[in-house]
Amino acid sequence: MSALSFYVHVPYCLRRCGYCDFNTYTPTELLHNGTLETVSGDYVDAVIREIELARNYAGVEVPSIFFGGGTPSLLPAPTLGRVIEALRQGWQISEDCEITLEANPDSVNSEKLIQLREVGFNRISFGMQSAKAHVLKVLDRTHRPENVSIAVEAARSAGFESVSLDLIYGTPGESLEDWRFSVETALALGVDHLSAYALIVEVGTKLATQIKRGELAMPIDDLMADMYLLVDQLCEDAGLSWYELSNWSKPGHASRHNTAYWKNANWWGLGPGAHSHIDGIRWWNVKHPTQYTSALLAGNSPEKDREVLTHSQQSDESIMLSIRMKQGIELSTLAPGQQDRVEEYSRSGHLDRDRWEQGFLQLTPQGRLIADRIVRELVV
Amino acid sequence: MPAIPLAKAPQPAATDPAQIRNFCIIAHIDHGKSTLADRMLGITEVVDPRNMREQYLDRMDIERERGITIKSQAVRLPWRSGIDGHEYILNMIDTPGHVDFTYEVSRSLAASEGAVLLVDCAQGIEAQTLANLYLAMENNLKIIPVLNKIDLPAAQPDKFAAELAKLIGCEPSDCLRVSGKTGDGVADLLDQIVAQIPAPKGDANAPARALIFDSVYDVYRGVVTYVRVVDGHLSARDQIQMFSTGVRHEMLEVGVISPEPVPSKGLGVGEVGYLITGVKDVRQSRVGDTVTNYNNPTKTPLAGYKDPKPMVFSGLYPLDGADYPLLREALDKLQLNDAALVYEPESSAALGFGFRCGFLGLLHMEIVRERLERESNLSLISTAPNVVYQVVLDDGKSVTVTNPSEFPEGKIVSVEEPIVRSTILAPSEFIGAIMELCQQRRGVLLGMDYLSEDRVEIRYTLPLAEIVFDFFDKLKSSTRGYASLDYEAIGDAEGDLVKVDILLQGEPVDAFSAIVHRDKAYAYGLMMTGKLRQLIPRQQFEVPIQAAIGARIIARETISAIRKDVLAKCYGGDISRKRKLLEKQKEGKKRMKMVGRVEVPQEAFVAALATDADIDKAKADRK
Repeated sequence: MSALSFYVHVPYCLRRCGYCDFNTYTPTELLHNGTLETVSGDYVDAVIREIELARNYAGVEVPSIFFGGGTPSLLPAPTLGRVIEALRQGWQISEDCEITLEANPDSVNSEKLIQLREVGFNRISFGMQSAKAHVLKVLDRTHRPENVSIAVEAARSAGFESVSLDLIYGTPGESLEDWRFSVETALALGVDHLSAYALIVEVGTKLATQIKRGELAMPIDDLMADMYLLVDQLCEDAGLSWYELSNWSKPGHASRHNTAYWKNANWWGLGPGAHSHIDGIRWWNVKHPTQYTSALLAGNSPEKDREVLTHSQQSDESIMLSIRMKQGIELSTLAPGQQDRVEEYSRSGHLDRDRWEQGFLQLTPQGRLIADRIVRELVV
Repeated sequence: MPAIPLAKAPQPAATDPAQIRNFCIIAHIDHGKSTLADRMLGITEVVDPRNMREQYLDRMDIERERGITIKSQAVRLPWRSGIDGHEYILNMIDTPGHVDFTYEVSRSLAASEGAVLLVDCAQGIEAQTLANLYLAMENNLKIIPVLNKIDLPAAQPDKFAAELAKLIGCEPSDCLRVSGKTGDGVADLLDQIVAQIPAPKGDANAPARALIFDSVYDVYRGVVTYVRVVDGHLSARDQIQMFSTGVRHEMLEVGVISPEPVPSKGLGVGEVGYLITGVKDVRQSRVGDTVTNYNNPTKTPLAGYKDPKPMVFSGLYPLDGADYPLLREALDKLQLNDAALVYEPESSAALGFGFRCGFLGLLHMEIVRERLERESNLSLISTAPNVVYQVVLDDGKSVTVTNPSEFPEGKIVSVEEPIVRSTILAPSEFIGAIMELCQQRRGVLLGMDYLSEDRVEIRYTLPLAEIVFDFFDKLKSSTRGYASLDYEAIGDAEGDLVKVDILLQGEPVDAFSAIVHRDKAYAYGLMMTGKLRQLIPRQQFEVPIQAAIGARIIARETISAIRKDVLAKCYGGDISRKRKLLEKQKEGKKRMKMVGRVEVPQEAFVAALATDADIDKAKADRK
């Protein structure tokens, strides 16, 4: 093995947003009268124990570390720094290792951003979601839209090399013009990277209940498609070009960590519910933070289950992931039958004609919108 | 006690015909026939109270669940008359209760000298009962009118006694009143059967003649044939012969049902019982045929034998194409017990390999389908039922069409379709609704009679094709469930009929082709294209759905191209989940049928072929 990326899952939020089904908990969900400090007290100790379990793979280069959640920015910078430090003990973490923090615009200030930079973070990704108050309200987000520009500015001043924003489109009640406003606002901040996700209604969320009751209605797919084409156009115009289906960046600012997922590289996920992948084996940890910490502090593995991928599963995954990337799929890696089945998409405007001639399957904007369908044609 | 212990009762093959009474019960579904039969088994003590169970004589699950009798039974009941104190043998011949099985009913009636006309006195007589009553009267059976369920609070025995009296031509006071549930009046009914129904007559010395009124396939014993001996004698040592086929059979066992099979030495004049010959297929032992003695055969068969003729056709396809051999096996097995079921392989571009099956009617079709699904654990798609058409081409050639997709191209001189004479009984407040429905279905009014002050009998001729789809459901819903329907085929008539094709992206989908009256072609096209637009998922290209008569497009809908089919997020933890979803979708894709380049999910075919009533039923099942 030549490289291993790390993901660190921080499973805490001060409150749960209405659309979110991530593995995250509020302090009072975990403990009666709990505070962030009381519930997360031994969390980093547990993560450091898990790092010890990864020692078998010690010594190789770590191209990226990503702290996601939850809201990792809730934890004090020195606490997060302990994790980075523990990794430095066992692995080669060079100057250009990408170390990302997911942050809520409300949970950082200049001082904290400087501290975060000091403990090693060099990339930050803010959950902006929308610049429209009525959209944020439906999403159940608490931050004020204007806080985003303050946070971006502060991150720049603190010396972050790469600043990214996350946006969500297709929220009930959001118009194409609302969306244009959000994308333009984000781009006007001069960020290096933008992620834009279509809202997915996940089972069991507050949003799902509201939709089921008829209080909210999801937009039709055609509007979602128009929103996607719009963000793609605006990004390209602003000099951010697509490198994955939902991600755009300035040159050199593509997320190295996420690219590792899409290229089926090796990574270790630390924390409750985190998934790992090493050489065709995927495993995942127990979901609940209390279970996770108690397992590790008792000297046990937090692994919940694993799967050893068959050859055909690996090849399906590879198609499913690589088709999302701008680079696409090399046609020579496909069986002739697979090529035949998707050839028509190169004539219908879903695959880039020139790239097809050059031997690559690369999705056009319209093609990206039906990527899953094209994958189904390929993996039959 | 009027019951006689079996061992002391007159024995089979040694019972004087004068002591025998053969009767059947004519009743509508849920008018309490099975309960009354249970009560008779109890009161004559042929079934020990400890072994008694409900609907004792209904053997199939499907019979018990639906409360209908598909196959008939014949039970020997010893009874000492409360009137004259003599011993008698009563043979109760259970009859199927549905219009589809009119022929079987007619054979059961032919095996009896009398009929108990059983009517629920909270509901009154129903159309099918009336039809069977007329059939019994034509067969010169003695009719004993009986009002059942007198224990019900809603019972109106006086009203319905007057109705029955008018129908049969007797006095209202002649109607017996019983409750199958409480047993009230049942002993009196048995006494009246003895007193009123004539004893069978026959020539004991003539060559044997026995009427087959049912034959049932049994996994362990082969075909069990139910017979009524008319002349002569059948003994356990005989070789017998089926008159219609001339085939000789060894007699393995002869006996009576009481109500479990009891082997006997034989059966004499007027007796009712069963034969087992080792035959494995009911088609070799057909209802209506005459059984005779091989060594001393009769020259004249009993009258009335007919080959069953399928009236309604439908394609049956396995949902999973791999189940085709299973479906064939299941049909083969079912046919052992159902001489009326016919089928032949057919293939549909849309549905794959299946069978075109012919049925006696709609209930027969439903039962066959349900039995196939239940007993062989198959999931099936059935195409919309259709009738048989005779198409005459301008070159003089005549083509029989049992599948709309075989409707000939080219110049057609005429198309003939089967016509039925239907009888509808309903409360008079629904006359308007019924007439409206019948008019819509190309009906011609034959006449109308009041059975009582507020109940009418309405007679229409209707094309059978108009009945087979959802007429009965519509009739029920427009009369709040009160109307009942009976029909009989009366021949073919020419109609202005056309074939409507449904095209997906220009490709005809054979499963949706229909032969309809020209005036209804547009409505059918509109309905079907509209339905399909809702059911077929968007594809990566625009899909026109058209209805056409020949080359002429009569309706069109369009499914616009899909624009979005992608999950936005795919990070570390999403990958396994997404791959598993993909694996599931792969399976789903296998169940997609390709029509040209258009992917159509199996469910779309099922839903498009369903009637409104099917959809309501599916909704109710889900609740």
